[in-house]
Amino acid sequence: MSSYKIIDHEYDVVVLGAGGSGLRAAVGLSEAGLKTACISKVFPTRSHTSAAQGGISAALGNMGEDDWRWHMYDTVKGADWLGDQDSIEYLCKEAPAAVIELEKYGVPFSRTDEGKIYQRPFGGMTKNYGNGIVQRTCAAADRTGHAILHTLYGQALKHNTEFFIEYFALDLLMKDGECRGLIAWNLNDGTIHRFRAHTVIIATGGYGKVYYSATSAHTCTGDGNAMVLRAGLPLQDMEFVQFHPTGIYGHGTLISEGVRGEGGYLVNSKGERFMERYAPNAKDLASRDVVSRSMSIEINEGRGVGKDKDHVLLNLSHLDKDVIAERLPGISDAARLFADVDVTKDPIPVVPTVHYNMGGIPTNYKAEVLTVNGSEKTVPGLMAIGEAACVSVHGANRLGSNSLIDLVVFGRAAAKRAAELIKPGTPHDEIGESETQKCLDRFDKLRNAKGDNSTAELRLAMQKTMQSKCAVFRTEKNLKEGVDEIRKTYDGMKSISVKDRSLVFNTDLVETLEFDNLIRQAVTTVDSAYHRKESRGAHAREDYPKRDDEKFMQHTLAWCDGKKTKISYREVHKSTLTNEVQYFPPQERVY
Amino acid sequence: MVQISLPKNSKVEKGKYFQDKTGSKNIRKVNVYRWDPSTEENPRIDTYEVDMDNCPSKVLDLLNKIKNEIDPSLAYRRSCAHGVCGSCAMNMDGKNGLACTTPHAEITGDINIYPLPHLKVKRDLIGDLDGLYKQYQSIEPWLKNNSTKDKEEIIQSKKEREKLDGAYECIMCACCSTSCPSYWWNGDKYLGPAVLLQAYRWIVDSRDEERKERLKKVADELKLYRCHTILNCTSACPKGLNPAKAIAEIKKMLAIANV
Repeated sequence: MSSYKIIDHEYDVVVLGAGGSGLRAAVGLSEAGLKTACISKVFPTRSHTSAAQGGISAALGNMGEDDWRWHMYDTVKGADWLGDQDSIEYLCKEAPAAVIELEKYGVPFSRTDEGKIYQRPFGGMTKNYGNGIVQRTCAAADRTGHAILHTLYGQALKHNTEFFIEYFALDLLMKDGECRGLIAWNLNDGTIHRFRAHTVIIATGGYGKVYYSATSAHTCTGDGNAMVLRAGLPLQDMEFVQFHPTGIYGHGTLISEGVRGEGGYLVNSKGERFMERYAPNAKDLASRDVVSRSMSIEINEGRGVGKDKDHVLLNLSHLDKDVIAERLPGISDAARLFADVDVTKDPIPVVPTVHYNMGGIPTNYKAEVLTVNGSEKTVPGLMAIGEAACVSVHGANRLGSNSLIDLVVFGRAAAKRAAELIKPGTPHDEIGESETQKCLDRFDKLRNAKGDNSTAELRLAMQKTMQSKCAVFRTEKNLKEGVDEIRKTYDGMKSISVKDRSLVFNTDLVETLEFDNLIRQAVTTVDSAYHRKESRGAHAREDYPKRDDEKFMQHTLAWCDGKKTKISYREVHKSTLTNEVQYFPPQERVY
Repeated sequence: MVQISLPKNSKVEKGKYFQDKTGSKNIRKVNVYRWDPSTEENPRIDTYEVDMDNCPSKVLDLLNKIKNEIDPSLAYRRSCAHGVCGSCAMNMDGKNGLACTTPHAEITGDINIYPLPHLKVKRDLIGDLDGLYKQYQSIEPWLKNNSTKDKEEIIQSKKEREKLDGAYECIMCACCSTSCPSYWWNGDKYLGPAVLLQAYRWIVDSRDEERKERLKKVADELKLYRCHTILNCTSACPKGLNPAKAIAEIKKMLAIANV
């Protein structure tokens, strides 16, 4: 049995993660007078929200008529009817106020001639229910995420949020099906901390690093998702992994959809604007799953560029130099640094690259975590927001610029709900030592792991499997191979090795704990994909090319105890929240 | 006569030598600063022989290669890997920069990698930025505007917004402040270029209603005027920003304005 000295803390609410959603929740909680701790494995402004480029969607109507109902329709269609329409209504209706609030916090949005927030066109964003392109995506040049993250951190400082920075969370403390807090390891000095809380809000982001090539940061390891799995709760819709059409070839750096929003376009080896064939109306501004599939088809049919004909080109050299300088300065730098390209002269080599996880911790529109036990139930004391959560507003495919709005709308919703549920200063129940011990035993076992397999080798094996067996196009055979192969990698954990024995910034152990988190999500992702025998949004099965609403218009739920999974399904919510808008019944999805 | 001696265990010693095991013909030597506070040992410089035939172009790739294939105990911060999060700021070949955007091909001879200068070290290449973050908080980095119009944005012209360009893009990597001799000497009191650039960002935001108070707050012998226009900050900034100019602008505003 492991023995570590434990430092105890008591808070009304603990927010885990300090990206856009975690910070927005923390601000709201502090405003509500709740004693709040915000725990993060990185300093808040290092969070991956900083990498979001193109913008944040909201039907402000600054650049022509717009309506939140149109935004809702686009989101429902983008999600390929797997989104919960009550949640989507909430998102789109709350979006304009949420963006105005960000502006008042100080976000340096780009401006129109009238001095209002500038909005640009983005994929899948249309007017009047699919009739023409609308400018809905509010932008701070091509650094919108960075601008929002830094501003929200400032707001959190204004509200004296208590931060625990460079603390790595290990596990949730669950008792009788309720969440009572969590345990974290302070990397700065090696101490172990136990946080009691009436509610834990998970805001740990996505898990892009299960793949080899991703726009995601090294830190995008979905730690909160894995903590939920270890707590015996399910993850939802994990098979839906978004491939962003334009990651820089060979490096994976994101090139914003804003480039195409401002008039950039994709070409194949024949110099042809091929998106015109796949999406005659929206062309390069079709939704991301559609564009990524089209690019993959072009490459598979031999019309890719380069020595191996394995990528395509994104052209923006025809755009006005001033437009590039004013609205796309960040991607100009990225193209120069990572592709050695001057975008005013040459196209950028791009390839579909893993970018976003539609799946995650199932919640309702109030951010309360859901599970299914006979019927849909909330898990007391546990909430999830941001990319970690599956509300589900993005369904089978997220529209560009809908993630940043998701962060702030549901970050705020979580704070509001917590304020309704918790009276500040309510005393805490005791937590039994056995839960604490279970968590520390796992920590101690990995810390002292003396096997033969390095974490880096196992991680690479996992990433290669996911990249080749669970990519843009999937088949039964391919997925079955993935299901088996990923379990072999999982078994490699039995003989994992950690060389560093220190407790201070032991990044060898951090990466091992992260790998333990990643591999569980890899297993649930490939298993969920194997069981969904249809094509919907980002999940494209060559052997089941059609959407099957009868069988599969439902959310996948996956429980995972190590390498064993249990797959079940939950009905998609087929009603709206209010009568201000009608349910959008499924249609054929064309752009 | 005053006897000056270094604190115990502060001398940097020669560390371990990791010989190449791949048999590569294209080897470079990488010297890295190592220190773990939980041991009683002195800091040391470890040397790694790295096979450059199978190493992507940036210094961060090199460090990842060392960590993944040679020595997993090497500790450094990294996250986004494309120059927006500011985690992997360090000193490479004597210059501050982001490991993820610095090509190792631009470094001649052995590659020397140290933590950012003049910070307390938490471990290996991980510097202690807590002091800088506290200074950042002290400039109150949030908009002060009492507008009561809830439903509309505050109007800001394109020209007014342009003033924020070159300031809001800062990623707080601290390359500038830790390259500044004034900050090395008076880092507890002088705000340094990173924080002053952020102070400037709020001072020139047309939406902010407390410009004067902000100016007053930084108008201090130590907080602001320890800048002696050495300009290391501007040459160190990996985002091509110009903190020295922002500091000069603040000084100019103070000279002109009746604060």
